[in-house]
Amino acid sequence: MKDLFKVNTKTIVATGLGAAIFTLLFMYVKVPSPVPETSFQTAYGLSALFATLFGPIAGALISFIGHALSDAIQYGSPWWSWVIASGVSGFIFGFAFKRTKVEEGEFKGKDILTFNIIQVIGNVIAWVVVAPVLDILIYQEPVNLVFTQGITAAIMNCISAGVIGTLLLIAYAATRTKKGSLSKK
Amino acid sequence: MNMKMKLFSYNLADTPIHRLSGLTKLICFLFLTFAVMYSYDIRVTLAVMVFSILLMWVSKIRFSQVRLMVIYVLIFIVTNAVISFFFSPEYGTTIYGTSHEFAKIFGISLTYEQLFYQVTKMFKYASVIPLGMIFLLTTNPSEFASSLNGIGVNYKAAIAVALTLRYFPDIQRDYHDIYLSQQARGLELSSKAKFFDRFKNSLLIVIPLIFSTLDRVEVISNAMDLRGFSKNKTRTWYTSRKLSRQDVLALVVSGLIFIATVCVSVFINQSRFYNPFI
Repeated sequence: MKDLFKVNTKTIVATGLGAAIFTLLFMYVKVPSPVPETSFQTAYGLSALFATLFGPIAGALISFIGHALSDAIQYGSPWWSWVIASGVSGFIFGFAFKRTKVEEGEFKGKDILTFNIIQVIGNVIAWVVVAPVLDILIYQEPVNLVFTQGITAAIMNCISAGVIGTLLLIAYAATRTKKGSLSKK
Repeated sequence: MNMKMKLFSYNLADTPIHRLSGLTKLICFLFLTFAVMYSYDIRVTLAVMVFSILLMWVSKIRFSQVRLMVIYVLIFIVTNAVISFFFSPEYGTTIYGTSHEFAKIFGISLTYEQLFYQVTKMFKYASVIPLGMIFLLTTNPSEFASSLNGIGVNYKAAIAVALTLRYFPDIQRDYHDIYLSQQARGLELSSKAKFFDRFKNSLLIVIPLIFSTLDRVEVISNAMDLRGFSKNKTRTWYTSRKLSRQDVLALVVSGLIFIATVCVSVFINQSRFYNPFI
């Protein structure tokens, strides 16, 4: 458990650069959805990948900084409730850290299942609970509106993290050297 | 895709706002935005809005610098107003406890309460924007990390933010390079391709971008480790400044505005909403 929250230089650098890609994807690589003010964000696939590779702290900071920065660039001011929810989702994605064998070059069956269960839990908590509740507390938005937006966001981010995150993790595992790939003749 | 959009198009000018330290501006920004975020009183919101537009004028921000943001924000505010009306046209009545109907469309009654709630909300969201713009356009990006550390954020997280700001233009350029080279290889990304193909192909740009970044993470973290990064509990900052008298003044003024806002809500309105209907 203690290992999960260890922060070394690599975690910090990965956070900084991960947040930069997150910002880029969040602004440019997205598809608008029929429910206003929500869209299919590929950025959550990226945050799921980085969270699985570098842990909850990195995951939370990447989504938090990335979301806040892209909001600030586009609108001049971050929409805090959703920025915090992003951070929460990244934090929960991070619990997949060291639970899969991706660093040993294997990401199949059971690992994919573990990763996806964690990301679905993370997305549901962040978008169906945290984001709408904060919207009501901070901004006093209408209740049914924020829950509709939240549920839409949860579904789309589950797909984003599930499909894009899984594909990226498989691609990443392929670049790792497999354990026991050398044999003595 | 607007690749020319510069991040933090910070311009060096010599105005009273630019001379404030980054730490002061961050704290003032937080005070003032929390004030308007907390209050649902249109008088408070308008006062802060006038004040922040005045500050914008003082800091010599030209309209051309913020035009794009203003457009985005207007779109956001208008869609927000329209959908929150259609999702709950009675919300104003619930909040203010009275109902003064003045018209009816498609069986939905329009009340003054709903109108007042929505107008208040529009100004509430609009008034945060000038503050954000002033903060972004007058703060030196390299001073930002030390300011974050100054308000108590762990310096490792502050360094992560500094790295994001430092590498965002690089990653944007890499993205653009990969985009062009993939097109040269025959990947269709223009509007001629079908929507789904275009989306799939734009993901094919993202994959090399992510893997080259992961390599870069190794290089940068090794370099930082070799220089002894994170050996101590605290660190000093090259760009941090001592607080001057103007800084103290700015902090006191924004602190007072924040306290005044909370007092208006607690003592005058007795809630977060200003209710003119009783």
